[in-house]
Amino acid sequence: MDTPHVIELQNVAYSYGSDALLSDVTLHLAPGSFHFLTGPSGAGKSTLLKLCYMELMPSAGQMTVFGREVSDLRRDDIARTRRRIGVVHQECQFLDHLPLTENLSLPLTVAGRDPAEEAENLRELMTWVGLSTRAQATPPELSGGERQRAALARAVIMDPELILADEPTGNVDWEMSLRLLQLLVELNRLGKTVLVATHDLNLIRAAKSQVSVRVLRIADRTLQLSGADL
Amino acid sequence: MGRSGADRVVPPTGFTARLTVFTAAAMAFLAVFALALSLATDRLASRWSEALARTATVRISAPAGQVAAQVDAAMEVLRTTPGVDSARPLSDAERRALLEPWFGPDLPLDRLRIPALIEVVETPTGIDTTGLRARLAGEAPGAIFDDHTRWRAPLVRAAGRLRMLGLFSLLLISAATAAMITLAAQAALAANARVIATLRLVGALDTYIARAFVRRFTLRAFAGALAGTLAGLATVASLPRADAAGGFLTGLGFTGAEWALPLLIPPITAAVAFAATRFAAFRQLRETT
Repeated sequence: MDTPHVIELQNVAYSYGSDALLSDVTLHLAPGSFHFLTGPSGAGKSTLLKLCYMELMPSAGQMTVFGREVSDLRRDDIARTRRRIGVVHQECQFLDHLPLTENLSLPLTVAGRDPAEEAENLRELMTWVGLSTRAQATPPELSGGERQRAALARAVIMDPELILADEPTGNVDWEMSLRLLQLLVELNRLGKTVLVATHDLNLIRAAKSQVSVRVLRIADRTLQLSGADL
Repeated sequence: MGRSGADRVVPPTGFTARLTVFTAAAMAFLAVFALALSLATDRLASRWSEALARTATVRISAPAGQVAAQVDAAMEVLRTTPGVDSARPLSDAERRALLEPWFGPDLPLDRLRIPALIEVVETPTGIDTTGLRARLAGEAPGAIFDDHTRWRAPLVRAAGRLRMLGLFSLLLISAATAAMITLAAQAALAANARVIATLRLVGALDTYIARAFVRRFTLRAFAGALAGTLAGLATVASLPRADAAGGFLTGLGFTGAEWALPLLIPPITAAVAFAATRFAAFRQLRETT
């Protein structure tokens, strides 16, 4: 019996105005898989990720997320579906006026859960990403690496089935990149599906030595399975 | 003002906060005056309508030697006219008081040819004015019966229009408040686009995001309107009373239980702010995914 895919895109296109940013993209993310999405800047990596978490909607083609056709989802359904997806942005996107603990528990708060009841889980999570001593710091007080790790912690606090990371190592040094990669690999070993957009081929090589990964490349506005020359 | 729940996710924004509070305060202040105007004109219209409807005046202009005789004759006619409840000649002091607002207190009434006046109070059934005028013409040729109809109707109509103006002003103030709070809410939503994007990213529903803004604007509008209403009430209370100002104006203010009516302004403003912000928030949120 076929395992349902976490995300399926079938001949998906996305246009902004008259500009075709993506065309004829077909992608299947199996549960527990680890994918890298690579390609030059401006190729459409971020656009594809935004399609995956429904910030953008396909202009053409079919797309299902957790087995549901996205065109059938209402606004509230989309919001609830996003709670099953952890997103890590290069820019992190925090609420700068709130301390780190409140930022990390934001997904719980918006889902109507009481962060106080998840305090132990939150403490473990902060220890896991190495931020247990920075609980009361606000995002502007954190370093680039700390912000990326915090973004990853926030992305997984709801125990999502899918992790999407858009250039998660874009603003950090190599040592921190490896640390973030290690966290993503650990999540994948826990059964999470991971899709990372990056132009850092060294990061992909480092991942390949630890876990089975599939590398996809965006070129000419469409998606191709990358060769083994990495 | 305490912040909790959804309200905390939106950072405090000084400008829109001050704008909303100021707008609500200014509009509530104006609303107090519009309400005072409306109630005052209502009283004025009622007073004129009720008081003047049952009163009339007989004015006697005659050569100096004939005035007293014609007054007596007119009084006799009035005493025997059906529909007249009472009739009495105005004293010199009363006539002087009537003219005082225009000519001052030292009016030499005895040296001026001022008509004699008889105040007539009608019974609820009213007077046959045509018949009375005919009898007065026969018995006291200098007597002219004036039942105030000529000038009472336009005055009552004017007072009614002033009352409508006051109510219309209240409607305009409400609409302007809604428009300004909508604009302030839209500005706050635009300024917090990054906050909204972050909330969407972690799965917030539109209702959650809207609630954060709606609650804040509603509370601000209520606080501003409360301050504006209290300031308006204090100002109205400090206005000169009608009696002190003299003349026929009823005075711009409240009487008795009317003083409680302006206290409805803050909750109404809060309700307007709630509806306006909710409308602005959902409209703006629907434009983005």
